[in-house]
Amino acid sequence: MAAAARGYSGVWRRAWQRAVACNARGGAVLAGKSGLAPWVPVVGLEIHAQISSNSKLFSGSQVQFAAPPNSLVSFFDASLPGTLPSHQNGSSAVVQKLLTGVLNRRCVEAAVMTGLALNCSINKKSLFDRKHYFYADLPAGYQITQQRVPIAVNGSLSYSLCIDNKMSQMVTKTVRIKQIQLEQDSGKSLHDDTRSQTLVDLNRAGVGLMEVVMEPDMCCGEEAAAAVRELQLILQTLGSSQAVMAEGQLRVDANVSVHHPGEHYGVRTEVKNINSIRFLAKAVDYEIERQIEELENGGTILNETRAFDSKLGCTVPMRDKEGKQDYRFMPEPNLPPLILYDAKSLPANMNHQQVVNIDWIHERLPDLPSVKRAKLVEQYGILPEHSFTLLNEDGLTEFFENVVKQTQMKPKKVIGWILNDLLSYLKQHSLTVEESPVSSVLLADLLNLLEKKEISSTAAKQVLAELWKGEGKTPLEIVKEKKLELIQDQKELEQICQAVIDGQENEVMAIKAGNRKVLNKLIGLVQRETQGRSNPVLVKQLLEKKLSE
Amino acid sequence: MLRASLREVSAALKEGRVTPTELCQKCLSLIKSTKFLNAYITVAEETALKQAEESEKRYGRGQPLGVLDGIPVAVKDNFNAAGIETTCASKMLKGYISPYNATVVQKLLDQGAVLLGKTNLDEFAMGSGSTDGIFGPVRNPWSYSRQYKEKSVPKSHSQEDEESNWVITGGSSGGSAAAVSSFTCFAALGSDTGGSTRNPAAHCGVVGLKPTYGLISRHGLIPLVNSMDVPGILTRCVDDAAVVLGTLAGHDPKDSTTIQDNFKPFDLPNLTDVSKLSIGIPKEYHAPGLSSEILSLWSKAADLFKNAGAKVIEVSLPHTRYSIVCYHVLCTAEVASNMARFDGLEYGHRSDMNKSTESMYAATRREGFNDVVRGRILSGNYFLLKQNYENYFIKAQKVRRLIANDFVKVFGSGVDILLTPTTLSDAVPYMEFIKEDNRTRSAQDDILTQAANMAGLPAINVPTGLSERGLPVGLQFIGQSFQEKQLLTVAKWFEKQVKFPMIQLEVKRHDHGAFQHQKSASFS
Repeated sequence: MAAAARGYSGVWRRAWQRAVACNARGGAVLAGKSGLAPWVPVVGLEIHAQISSNSKLFSGSQVQFAAPPNSLVSFFDASLPGTLPSHQNGSSAVVQKLLTGVLNRRCVEAAVMTGLALNCSINKKSLFDRKHYFYADLPAGYQITQQRVPIAVNGSLSYSLCIDNKMSQMVTKTVRIKQIQLEQDSGKSLHDDTRSQTLVDLNRAGVGLMEVVMEPDMCCGEEAAAAVRELQLILQTLGSSQAVMAEGQLRVDANVSVHHPGEHYGVRTEVKNINSIRFLAKAVDYEIERQIEELENGGTILNETRAFDSKLGCTVPMRDKEGKQDYRFMPEPNLPPLILYDAKSLPANMNHQQVVNIDWIHERLPDLPSVKRAKLVEQYGILPEHSFTLLNEDGLTEFFENVVKQTQMKPKKVIGWILNDLLSYLKQHSLTVEESPVSSVLLADLLNLLEKKEISSTAAKQVLAELWKGEGKTPLEIVKEKKLELIQDQKELEQICQAVIDGQENEVMAIKAGNRKVLNKLIGLVQRETQGRSNPVLVKQLLEKKLSE
Repeated sequence: MLRASLREVSAALKEGRVTPTELCQKCLSLIKSTKFLNAYITVAEETALKQAEESEKRYGRGQPLGVLDGIPVAVKDNFNAAGIETTCASKMLKGYISPYNATVVQKLLDQGAVLLGKTNLDEFAMGSGSTDGIFGPVRNPWSYSRQYKEKSVPKSHSQEDEESNWVITGGSSGGSAAAVSSFTCFAALGSDTGGSTRNPAAHCGVVGLKPTYGLISRHGLIPLVNSMDVPGILTRCVDDAAVVLGTLAGHDPKDSTTIQDNFKPFDLPNLTDVSKLSIGIPKEYHAPGLSSEILSLWSKAADLFKNAGAKVIEVSLPHTRYSIVCYHVLCTAEVASNMARFDGLEYGHRSDMNKSTESMYAATRREGFNDVVRGRILSGNYFLLKQNYENYFIKAQKVRRLIANDFVKVFGSGVDILLTPTTLSDAVPYMEFIKEDNRTRSAQDDILTQAANMAGLPAINVPTGLSERGLPVGLQFIGQSFQEKQLLTVAKWFEKQVKFPMIQLEVKRHDHGAFQHQKSASFS
């Protein structure tokens, strides 16, 4: 998770610059190089999210990342002749019976939760289909999916993105969710080019996926990236998917086309092989520009599948996806319809443990990221954009709230330390919040010293720098050791002030002549003299008093 | 002893008149001497004897597992049986050893049955003759019966005549039908998608039961058409079929299409009064090509019921005539899908072609499947193409519904059981049969059996009499969903009335090339 989140922040910023270009024209219109007709890019997404579950969708095999190859494969997963879909382990006979006996209940619940969180209508009866294609890691020669009647349809996802560099202006957009379908994952092919071999690992074959289909409501890479990031947060909040892109738990394919305003959508390409949100923004923007350039040079766009090459930063046609695919969909004859209930349709003698009850799940949905952000803004008086940053980093909100709980400092001030100091340090060192050498307790202690005016903010930064070393010292120990406490002795401070005044005749003249700005220089000198151990407010008072004598 | 019924031999085992090992050895030796029938693909001699030994111990302790304990059975080679080859009579799976038991195989073994081996079939059960598998055609044991020889080749017992006159078993479960018919086992499993159990049962003069779809688990049955496949039961009499059904039926968590309720095994009552029965005679089964002798047998059977006081009425199943063309679409579509897994990667035949994965797939499938299988894959894929799906697949599904509704209406009108012929004629000689291609043959031969699969209904072939050529002819009873008890009860009554003659098998001894006359002492 952290890897993806970290990787993302970089683009987040870079992408905003482009967003300005995008939005300043009131939408998604990009002027072509020729400057004649503008182009409207259209971006739709197909997102595969691996459902977080201990076992596979239609078999009892375990699900585990990076297990030894082919160690988590049932006869069904390997498509041995005569096997039928059947998820048997875990649930009792009664549950299986009511849940049609074959499906992993957890996967169904995850899809329902996700559907509800994305404002979808949940189909109380959904169907499974076979989608046929030959591929080495698809042992049955078909994938069981939901093509005709998926579990959830007609939803929407709101996401926000900044339209300038300073994060101070955010716009909220909405993308329609066409459908969410339950389906099987394929295995993995590992190509050994030197020996021209392909090795197949079926551990992933049959793992439950949710395919979330987003309508082509986006117009650039950063919109796509922001939408996916929001979806990722929602999935993680729900726990329906761990959604770590680096581990393949979230896979994004982008459908990209461009056309002139008022004309039909252009021929679209599908961009695959996108391994991070950062690359998603890059891939989409590259593809938009490539298509515009191609069209402006009199070329045509082929309806093809292209892969994003993250090293070269461009998309290239995928050779093995050449030619028109006809998936020859067919109803899956071995699976009865998937029936869900709500409070109204629930038979009297059943409870939520026996069936999947949509209402029961609805009532128990956790706060979604948008709600969490609003609550943060309201409760702590922080800026909306701060709430985005807090949620974007895994664990940062909790960190922030813990610090707030343990200090007298106002949350509005705490957020500055969290975002400017803690976060930028973590970024520089590629660390997750969890890996931070400074715990929330330590940071709170430090901020308390500052708040009680025992140290200056300059000194606090020094202490923080020490704390990063992770030597196990408390802020107070560091303050003592480095003698960073504010000089509490007024007389001592007065003497230092007097010495500074005495040594700076010109400046004193200037101040007395009315140039108050010069006073700051004197304050700075006192600070230097005291090695930051003086309270600048107090120093200012003392200096003013002395200069007016 | 080998000619006894399953229930009789079970009683003999219990009383110690025969031991499981003796029984198993006798069967194995008969399998050897009837090898020319080509009924078995694999004979699991070693494991069968071991299972018999185990059974013997249980009888010794006085704790047999059930009525099947120690009973030699055979299973069609499209059911997985752990540790034994499961070939589907295809090059694609030749040498394939399954790591698991089909649920039905497991249930037989759990009951103590002795699995003698795997029986021959048409490749992947696609056919109606048991002539289209890589292990060659199955020969109908009745070809070697005194009854057939006396009527068809009365003057000559020469090798050539026999070679040219032997008749097919029907299919695709011909191996299982031949095995039961030739007394090498007491019961055998077949599969029935369009008639594959009932058709060879009719030609081989045995009982062939196709239970209601969903009554018996398909887990481990290598599918032909998932929505129509049913494990079939082949036995010497109706009572035996009921016994085997009792051990196999019921919910299987590994097959979500099985019924949820537990199945209660039943004994068949001896019906004495059929006056409350209403027997339907569907007029559409008076199909073109129906032989006159079968037609007359059929009407005799109807009269039998009428004379016994049953109500016999003509009924109509108007959409049945579309069932073959409809089946063609649905079957091939599912075949195309089900066969997609045979790509040479995980198991089975793999071509040496290694230019690319795609070329390996193509070569593997070309080498591994016969023309029939490839032909069905091709047409199935055609029907599933986006541009054809609505016009073919969806339409066929709608027609299927109409066909099924016909039955619902007829049964709803008060009819209990339908009585029809099982086949158009008696078994034809192999040389005759292969003059037509598999597709034509299947279309003809499934015509009377196929609609029951479309509707998922239980149906049974009951051997009824011998044709002019001395070959078995059977009639079919079609019952209502999950009303197996009623169906079998009626079938049993009928069986008792018709007194089908026992085969008088003249088994050729391979080492001498001579004939050995077996006594045809019949059990009664």
